[in-house]
Amino acid sequence: MPQVEMVDIYIMGKKYSVPESLTIMDAMEFAGYQLKRGCGCRAGFCGACGTVYRIAGDYELKVGLACQTKVEADMYLAQIPFFPAVKGVYDLDELTPTAASLARYYPEIYRCIGCNSCTNVCPQDLNVMQYVAYAQRGDIARCASESFDCVMCGLCASRCPAHIAQYFVGILARRLHGKHVLPRADHVQQRYEEIEAGTFDAELDDLMNKDIEELKSLYNNRDIE
Amino acid sequence: MYTPQMKELIKKVEETRPQRVGVHFPRMSPEDKQEVLKKYHPDFIEAGFSEITVGVNKGDRVPLELATLIDARSCIENVELDLDQYDYDVDVLVIGGGGAGAAAALSAQEKGADVLLVTKLRFGDANTMMAQGGIQAADKPSDSPPIHYLDVMGGGHYHNVPRLVRALVNDAPIVIKWLEDLGTMFDKEEDGTMVTNHGGGTSRKRMHAARDYTGAEIMRTLRDETLNRGVKVIEFTAAVELLLDEDGKAGGAVLYNLETEEYQVCRAKKVIFAMGGSGRLHYQDFPTTNHYGATGDGLIMGYRAGAKLAFLDTIQYHPTGAAYPPQILGLLVTEAVRGRGATFLNIDGEQFAYHLETRDVASAAIIRECVGRKKGITTPTGMVGVWLDSPLIELIHGEGAVERMLPAMVRQFGRFGINISKEPMLIYPTLHYQNGGLLIDEHGETNVENLYVAGENAGGIHGRNRLMGNSLLDILVFGRRAGYHAGETYKDVKLKKLTLEHVKKYHAELEKNGVATGGRISPMLLPRYTHREVLEQEA
Ligand SMILES: Cc1cc2nc3c(=O)[nH]c(=O)nc-3n(C[C@H](O)[C@H](O)[C@H](O)COP(=O)(O)OP(=O)(O)OC[C@H]3O[C@@H](n4cnc5c(N)ncnc54)[C@H](O)[C@@H]3O)c2cc1C
Ligand code: FES
Repeated sequence: MPQVEMVDIYIMGKKYSVPESLTIMDAMEFAGYQLKRGCGCRAGFCGACGTVYRIAGDYELKVGLACQTKVEADMYLAQIPFFPAVKGVYDLDELTPTAASLARYYPEIYRCIGCNSCTNVCPQDLNVMQYVAYAQRGDIARCASESFDCVMCGLCASRCPAHIAQYFVGILARRLHGKHVLPRADHVQQRYEEIEAGTFDAELDDLMNKDIEELKSLYNNRDIE
Repeated sequence: MYTPQMKELIKKVEETRPQRVGVHFPRMSPEDKQEVLKKYHPDFIEAGFSEITVGVNKGDRVPLELATLIDARSCIENVELDLDQYDYDVDVLVIGGGGAGAAAALSAQEKGADVLLVTKLRFGDANTMMAQGGIQAADKPSDSPPIHYLDVMGGGHYHNVPRLVRALVNDAPIVIKWLEDLGTMFDKEEDGTMVTNHGGGTSRKRMHAARDYTGAEIMRTLRDETLNRGVKVIEFTAAVELLLDEDGKAGGAVLYNLETEEYQVCRAKKVIFAMGGSGRLHYQDFPTTNHYGATGDGLIMGYRAGAKLAFLDTIQYHPTGAAYPPQILGLLVTEAVRGRGATFLNIDGEQFAYHLETRDVASAAIIRECVGRKKGITTPTGMVGVWLDSPLIELIHGEGAVERMLPAMVRQFGRFGINISKEPMLIYPTLHYQNGGLLIDEHGETNVENLYVAGENAGGIHGRNRLMGNSLLDILVFGRRAGYHAGETYKDVKLKKLTLEHVKKYHAELEKNGVATGGRISPMLLPRYTHREVLEQEA
């Protein structure tokens, strides 16, 4: 019978032997942790589990989401479950989709020295430095699109020598884009007005009062787009 | 990466693919559906259920794992608390930092209430963040709220509470407009028209999406706005028990700081539960798509205080959970994959069910294919699954469509060496959604005065089966309704002395009924995983 492959990993410097098939998150639990910080969705969507690690003998510092990264032999790791960057507080209605809006809350974007550390650490493989460049230029559409898959784990900010909080720049750009750049959906506005005017009330009341058999027959014979 | 054996099996999928393009597989008849559900859906496996022994729902059937938490003592039974000393004293206390909680907090504050939002993990570490597929709303000319109503009722097998469904479909376009106003980046055509698609059980294309990060996009937008508006938010603080006043009305909650392990008292004129679902209870040992904090705490606290539960004997198993690779076992393969045309195939590369059947029917059909007909594909860890033919999407929508439409899925499988544009995904049903919850009315209020519930924590809206895209919708519709109602009425509330008498009574009732609690306490707050099964599985 095949044996489970075990590897040694070092959680904050302390050695544990864990099955090599586990993710970093599962390996921490295998080692006996009950996670409080550093664990949210367990599926790569929430950014709670940013982790830095180094493999013994390698100088390079690597990062990953603990829930989406497999352990490796001789991995030295620590989680960074929180990063103290400051979020701007704004009223979206008052802002325009311009570089000036971004710079008002995040002036550090102009201090980017082009080191690309943010892009290198992004566990989502986003081109972070590129979206900061778009932000500098006021290209809100591209900044929003390029940063769209951001899980806001904060690892980029933790490595930035210019103290930029890239992930906060990204969400401001996306909200500016969604609100002020993308054209509004006319059909949504129209339906909203119809609902306010009570256009569907009678029909809905009627449906509410139908018995199950009637509903069933309507449902089973409904046309499908 | 797939093993060589699995790659060999994939060849059969590739062989049959050209013949399958554009061929319409028949839907099941209502009779066939009933048959496959009764025989294979986990809701019908009697050993997985137990009856509630105390309280307002005594005698009702709920999943075993939930029943053991209901038949348990309060985790603060032996904690000394001075209920006359308030650590927090607010108008509206919102418990749970997912989409429902954020929507409730924003809405209550808009009405002038002093709002406190507490949440167990980080704000946004929630099921809402994980929703990929989309949100339903009947806002296109070919569609209407009444058509949506019919889909919801049919999907829920006609058990839904009609007034709640009416609220849901009526407010849907209003919620979409609200999100648009907040700058949510929906997928749109050049002229602003929403890109909408089908989901399981929809009769119109009304699924709105933001790539395949729909929930994340909604959650981070609402979180950003909540913080902008200065709502007080406390993270890593769980509610552990509801507080009632002497008249039996909700009046606050006992909070627990997960990090310092201190208990605190919060008084509030209105309490809104938004604690989400219970996937982490792993009913019938199923893996789950849910976030780490989905332990059903709100159900337990509400029930102890006398709030009614509804439809908790029906659990949604998502037909498309990852069955391979083992690192992402149980995680969601978004319904958008079948929404865009991918079909279910067995080991011989044959389709065995229409790809857009409702979730319960699709899950049962997959379990039948694997367990009943033994035509599943077995993985090296002994897991069984069927193929979901994602490369078919490229043939339907053109080359590059998978990458463009499903970036989150491409990334997730890509991390483990599987290219879903070219290789099919291996899937098996996974525990996904709690169809029921604490019963509410159209304002989100429960039978316990001043206690509201919104989101997955609530029950009645979806009857016995929720359709995809109606949950992201309901958390916002009822989060807003609860928030507005609480925000409009808190001024009329005169709170009396706070008590935990209801907990004492509950304990007494457990004893009177001779329920052996065996030292169990609840709510659970966090699951505990040790992953020892990995050793047994592979050794
Ligand atoms: C992977 C996945 C994909 C999905 N896809 C879709 C989709 O495409 N479309 C759709 O409509 N629906 C989808 N759903 C369902 C939908 O996302 C959820 O039902 C919905 O988001 C629940 O929102 P909520 O606010 O009620 O709960 P959640 O978003 O889960 O929030 C609950 C919050 O309460 C907190 N909490 C729990 N207990 C306590 C406590 N004791 N004290 C304090 N806080 C507590 C939790 O930590 C969490 O932050 C999906 C669900 C999952 C898991
Ligand atoms: S736990 Fe959410 S990204 Fe890892």
